[in-house]
Amino acid sequence: MPYRDKTAETMPREALRRLQSERLVAQVARCYERVECFRKRMDEKGLTPADIRGVEDLNKLPFSYKKDLRDYYPYGLFAEPLEKVVRVHASSGTTGKRIVVGYTENDISMWAECFARMLTAIGVTEKDVVQVSYGYGLFTGGFGAHAGAEAIGATVIPMSSGNTALQIQTMIDFGATVLCCTPSYAMYLAEEIERAGLKDQLKLKAGVFGAEPWSETMRARIEEGLGIKAYDIYGLSEVLGPGVACECEAQAGMHVWEDHFIPEIIDPDTGEVLPEGATGELVFTSLTKEAFPVIRYRTRDICSLNYEPCACGRTHVRMRKPSGRSDDMLIIRGVNVFPSQIEEVLLKVCGQDVTPNYQIVVDRVNNNDTFDVNVEMSESFFTDDIRSIDRLERLLVERLRSTLGIGAKVHLVNPKSIVRSEGKAKRVIDNRQGKI
Amino acid sequence: MIIRQLSVFLENKPGRLCAAIDALAKAGVNISALSLADAAEYGILRLIVDQPDLAKQTLTDAGVIVKAHRVIALAMKDEPGGAETILRLLADAEINIEYMYACVGHVTGKALMVLRVDDAEKADAILKENCCDEINPADIYRL
Repeated sequence: MPYRDKTAETMPREALRRLQSERLVAQVARCYERVECFRKRMDEKGLTPADIRGVEDLNKLPFSYKKDLRDYYPYGLFAEPLEKVVRVHASSGTTGKRIVVGYTENDISMWAECFARMLTAIGVTEKDVVQVSYGYGLFTGGFGAHAGAEAIGATVIPMSSGNTALQIQTMIDFGATVLCCTPSYAMYLAEEIERAGLKDQLKLKAGVFGAEPWSETMRARIEEGLGIKAYDIYGLSEVLGPGVACECEAQAGMHVWEDHFIPEIIDPDTGEVLPEGATGELVFTSLTKEAFPVIRYRTRDICSLNYEPCACGRTHVRMRKPSGRSDDMLIIRGVNVFPSQIEEVLLKVCGQDVTPNYQIVVDRVNNNDTFDVNVEMSESFFTDDIRSIDRLERLLVERLRSTLGIGAKVHLVNPKSIVRSEGKAKRVIDNRQGKI
Repeated sequence: MIIRQLSVFLENKPGRLCAAIDALAKAGVNISALSLADAAEYGILRLIVDQPDLAKQTLTDAGVIVKAHRVIALAMKDEPGGAETILRLLADAEINIEYMYACVGHVTGKALMVLRVDDAEKADAILKENCCDEINPADIYRL
């Protein structure tokens, strides 16, 4: 079995726990000294770093939230001065404002190592050609996969997302053996390749797919369609980016790299830590991150942890695919979308005191997410003039795109046509269940 | 003559136009003229009816958005060049026509038109001054 870092990856759990304790104590002390938000929360609980002597004290620590990133936007939660920060990434916040995370040089190489461990586990070596079709930019996907593949010495094709015809041509011409992208895009590529009858020209053997929910059925279809093994990867910018947890060759859950991160499963309502194996909200503490460390960060992803030994020999705990969210966040085409962001755009564009009634409809057609926003027309913005209504519609589409980073279809609908239950409109209709 | 036109927002779904027209029929409103403007995702139904207030109330109660606007109704000679005479007058006065539609009228020898212009009062005055036959409100509201 190939390992990237055998000592770390197969460390006995007792030793792993000692290492975590040591790192936790240091990280807590560091955050207390450098991060105002964390210090305040500790003070409120009457805690000092001295109260945290190891992993056993983890549940005493205060939680941190996505909201904190907005409150301390942009750099207020950084634990290193900007001169030590070599890169920032950003993702959706719960409002129009994005959230920003930072990385030191060490953070970047730790991230690359996390990703590289996975690539090694699934048999990728320096002889492979890795096509990275995640978006490059503020989104962590592209750069994360890129660094991981470079770390193992593979040849990287930094394709970024989009332009399917060129993606396929490149894959064939450059002899890509590994593909990294979102699972829905992998499905789409598989179909296009099938349609063009190009499957036998592919050299692909494996794919690393993440950033959105996908099912075992979808895995089977991607594996069949592209003639590869498809592996799942998990991550979020606030904790690192893709690579926080990765599948190994066993394809039986994603190993959380516990020398760098401590996962916990809590009851999202009470905050209580749940017993081993239970399903609840996933919480992360980053032990080695320098620029943007998190202590007990509430991911809002619902899943469970499996501490049983894995066939691959790695001792690190495995997380199951998240089965849902404990908040109203949607993942549409790999992008995080909060209904509140849409509300904010409507409020600004329609220029009223009250948000017009709206409804988000998400579905999956031909393995692609469709994203429709129905907005109830109201007396105040109806005119007899097609041009001015068109202008309103276009403005909504543009603002939604610039705020969310993905395109939505906007439909102006009759007033009171959006179904209300007990006076409250149902904001989100997600018809993707069973289709992914 | 300046008359009231009702503009109705129609979302882009089958049956929306039918439902609006049906509501009017049930309320005993007679439609004298109508025009349908369509955009990709919605439409605007423009109506001249015999009882504008009742029609507006009926449609509002049916859950659609209705607004009343002032438009010009005029009768032009139903012969070659009839429309040109009128349009020339408005063009010379630099009045912008936003849209116009024709009614199938019952006034012998006349074609009835509905025009939305940027300055209804000015257009009306010009048309009254020049050659245009005054039309009987009863003709336009109940063609």
